[in-house]
Amino acid sequence: MRAKQLLVTLMALAFGRRRSRDPEQKAREEESPQGRIVPAGEPDRGAELLVVGLLALATLFAAGFIVVYGEMGPTKTLNTLLGVCIAGALACIAAALAVIARRLIVTEEIEEEYPEESPEEQREIVQLVHDSGSRFTRRKLLVGAAATAGSALGLAGLTPVLSLGPLWDTVPLEATPWYRGRRLVDPGGHPMLASDIEEETFYTAFPQGADPENIGSSLVVIRLAPSALKLPHGRETWAPYGILAFSRICTHAGCAIELYRKPRFQPVEPKPALVCPCHYSTFDPATGATVVYGPAGRPLPQLPVMIDPDGHLAAAGDFSGRVGPAWWGVRAKPS
Amino acid sequence: MSDRIADPVRFIDERTAAAPAIKKALRYLFPDHWSFLLGEIALYAFIVLIATGTYLALFFEPSVAKTVYHGSYAPLRGREMSEAYKSVLEISLTYKAGLLIRQTHHWAADVFMASIVLHLMRVFFTGAFRKPRELTYLIGLLLLFTSLLEGYLGYSLVDDLLSGIGLAIGYGVLLSLPFVGGPLGILIFGSTFPGKGVFESRMYIAHVFLIPALLATLIGLHLALVAARHHTQFRRDRRHTQRRLVGVPMFPGQAPRSLALLLIVAAVLFLLGGLVQINPIWQWGPFEPWLATNGAQPDWYLGWLIGALRLMPSFDVVVGHYTLIPNPFWGGVAFPLLVLFVLGAFPWIERRLTGDRSSHNLLDRPRDAPNRTAFGVAFLTWVFLVFVFGASDRVYVLFGLSYETLLTAFRVAIWVVPALAFLVVRRLCLQLQHADRIEERREEAEQEAEREHAERVRRREPVL
Ligand code: FES
Repeated sequence: MRAKQLLVTLMALAFGRRRSRDPEQKAREEESPQGRIVPAGEPDRGAELLVVGLLALATLFAAGFIVVYGEMGPTKTLNTLLGVCIAGALACIAAALAVIARRLIVTEEIEEEYPEESPEEQREIVQLVHDSGSRFTRRKLLVGAAATAGSALGLAGLTPVLSLGPLWDTVPLEATPWYRGRRLVDPGGHPMLASDIEEETFYTAFPQGADPENIGSSLVVIRLAPSALKLPHGRETWAPYGILAFSRICTHAGCAIELYRKPRFQPVEPKPALVCPCHYSTFDPATGATVVYGPAGRPLPQLPVMIDPDGHLAAAGDFSGRVGPAWWGVRAKPS
Repeated sequence: MSDRIADPVRFIDERTAAAPAIKKALRYLFPDHWSFLLGEIALYAFIVLIATGTYLALFFEPSVAKTVYHGSYAPLRGREMSEAYKSVLEISLTYKAGLLIRQTHHWAADVFMASIVLHLMRVFFTGAFRKPRELTYLIGLLLLFTSLLEGYLGYSLVDDLLSGIGLAIGYGVLLSLPFVGGPLGILIFGSTFPGKGVFESRMYIAHVFLIPALLATLIGLHLALVAARHHTQFRRDRRHTQRRLVGVPMFPGQAPRSLALLLIVAAVLFLLGGLVQINPIWQWGPFEPWLATNGAQPDWYLGWLIGALRLMPSFDVVVGHYTLIPNPFWGGVAFPLLVLFVLGAFPWIERRLTGDRSSHNLLDRPRDAPNRTAFGVAFLTWVFLVFVFGASDRVYVLFGLSYETLLTAFRVAIWVVPALAFLVVRRLCLQLQHADRIEERREEAEQEAEREHAERVRRREPVL
C-alpha cells in the first residue's frame, strides 16, 4: 500500500512540474535567437511513468538493503541479500536512465570536424623558445651543468630509500639457521627420533628453537633403503640408515616441496621423487635431490644428518648449497 | 525571476569564465558503436574498485605480526596467524556487508582486467592505435601492466596460503633479475622471503596509494588524449569521413547512456559479489613458507605468467659453477616484457612495413588489414596458449592426460598453432574482402537497374 501511495505522490510531483514548466519553455524558445539547440520531440507520458516506477523500485531495493543490514546477522544469506538489494537498486536506476535515453531525450547525431594540427602555433612555440634563449652563448656547458645538478639532486632525494633495507647485501640469502648439532624437530616442536622415520613417508622438520618461517628452516625428511642411495661423492655419511633431509624450498621459484610421489615418466620409474606443485620441478632424493624434471636449475640443498647418542636426529653441518630460488652469482653446483 | 538552471550556470561562469569550455564539453561527440563501451566498462570497474577498496582499507590490518584467531569461524579457531589474514577473516565473516564488499572488490578487479584486455583487442584489430593516437595506446598498455601489478599486490596482501604461494613465486622471479636480483630482493623484502614483517606494509602503501594514484593519473592522461584527438569512428555511411566525425553529443544524448552503463557495471559487480563466491580465504588457511598446495589457481590475469614459468624448459645461464640468469627470469620477466614490447612497438613496426605515415580517424574493419589481423590473432593465440597451460592442473584433472604429455604437446602447439592461425586468418580476411567487392558490384548494378527502370517509367517507355 505504502509503495502505491508513494508512486502516486511521485507521479503527481512529476506531472505537476511538467505542466507548469511548459509555458516557460515556450517563452525561452521564442527568446533564443537560433530557436532550439536540441530538436523537439513528442512528449511520452508512458515513458515518464515507467521512469517513475523504476525509480520507486530502486528506492525499495535501497530501503531493503538498509533493512536487511539492520535485521540480519553476518551470514551467507545476508551477503546474498545485500548483494541482490544493492544490485537491484543500481540496475533499476540504470533502467530508468535507459528509458530516458531511448524515449525521453532526443538522440541527435551531429557532425563535427576533427581537430587539425596547428602549424602556425607550432612555429610560434619554436620561435618563442629560440628567441628567449638568444642571450645564452655557452649552451652546452649550461645544459650539462643543469643536467648534472638535476641528477645529483635526484640521487640525493632517492638516497633515503636505502634505509628500506640493506643495500647490496646478499649475506641474508646465504644464511641458514642450521649448524652441526642442532636438532631436528617436528611441526609440534618435538625432537624427532631416528627410529620413528619410516620409508615411503614424508616428514616436515625444523631446527630446534629457530624461526620456522625463515626460508632456510624447513626440511623434508624421508627414508630410503641405504642400498638405493647414490649420493654425490663426499656425502657418504650424510644419510645414516638412509635418512635424508633436504631443504623444503624449491630451487626454482621458492614454493614448498609438498609432494612425494612416484613420477609417471619412464627413466626413474618406479623411484620416488620430491615434487614441487607450482611448476612441477621433480627431484630424485636418492642422488641428492638432483633435478630429474621441470624448470628448477639446481638440486635441493641437502642437510647432512646425524643421530645423537639418545637417538634423535640432528644436523651434522649446514646445507650442501644455497636455499631457495637462485639469483645472479649463486653457486649452481654444490661445492 | 530565479531559474533553477540559469542561476547556477551564471554563478559558475561569473566565477570561472568556464561557460564556453562547459558548452564544448557538453557537446563532445561520441561515435555510436558497442565496441567503444569496453574501455568505459574498465573505467567504471575502476571506480567500483576505488569505492570498495576504500571501505576494505578501513578494516584491513597491514601487519604480519602473529596473533591467535578467536573469531566466529570454528575450523580456524585457536590457529596462529598474521594480523593481516585475521583482519580479512573478520571482514569476510564478522562484519556485515564485509564479505559483499570484499568479493565485489575482487570481482571488480577481474572484470577490470578483462575489459582492458578486450578494449586493447578492439583497438588493435581496428587500427585505432595508428597516428595520431599512438600515445593514447602506449598509455593504455602501461595501464594494463600497472593494473596487473596492482591486482597481484592486492591478492598478495591477504596472507592466506594461496596468496603466500603467489608471493613466494614473485620473490623467486624478483631474485632472478640479472645482476641486481639478489640484493634487490633483500632490499625490497627487508631480508629473505617472507621477510621480517616490513614487506607487508610496503605492499600495502603500494596497493592502496602509490599504484592507484599512478593508475588514476594514467587514466586521466588517457582520457585527455582521447578527447584532444576525439574518438575514432567506423565508416558506416558517407557522412563518416577522415575529417568529419559523426556522433551523439555528451549531453543530452550520451550522458544518460554512460551513467546507465556505470550503474549496470556496478550492479553486475555487486551481484557477483553477493552471489558468486570468489577466493574463500577462510578455506585456504594462513600462509606458512613450508606449505604449498596442489592445483592452486591465481586470478585469471596472472595465468599467462604461471603458464610461461611452467612451459619454459629448464634453462639457466650458468658460467662455470655459478648461475647468472636463473630460470624464472624467462617466464616471469622476459616473456611479459616481450609481449609489452611487441604490442608497444607495433604502431611503429606497422608504419615501417606498410609505409603508411598518415593520420587515421577512420577505423579499419579487421578484414581491411589482413596482415595486421592475422598477426594479431597469431600473437593472441600464442599468449592464450601459454595462459591455458597455466591451468594445466585443471586440464590434467579434466582429461586425465599426464602432465608430461601435456607439457610436450604445448611446447609444440604454442609455435605451430599461431603460425596456422596466421595463415588461416589472413586467408579469411582476403576472402571476406573479395566477397565485399562482389557484393558492392552487385549493389551498384542493382542501383543502376533501378535508376534505368525509374527513367523508363518517367519517360513512359514500355517496361521490359
Ligand atoms: S617453484 Fe617449484 S617448480 Fe617452480
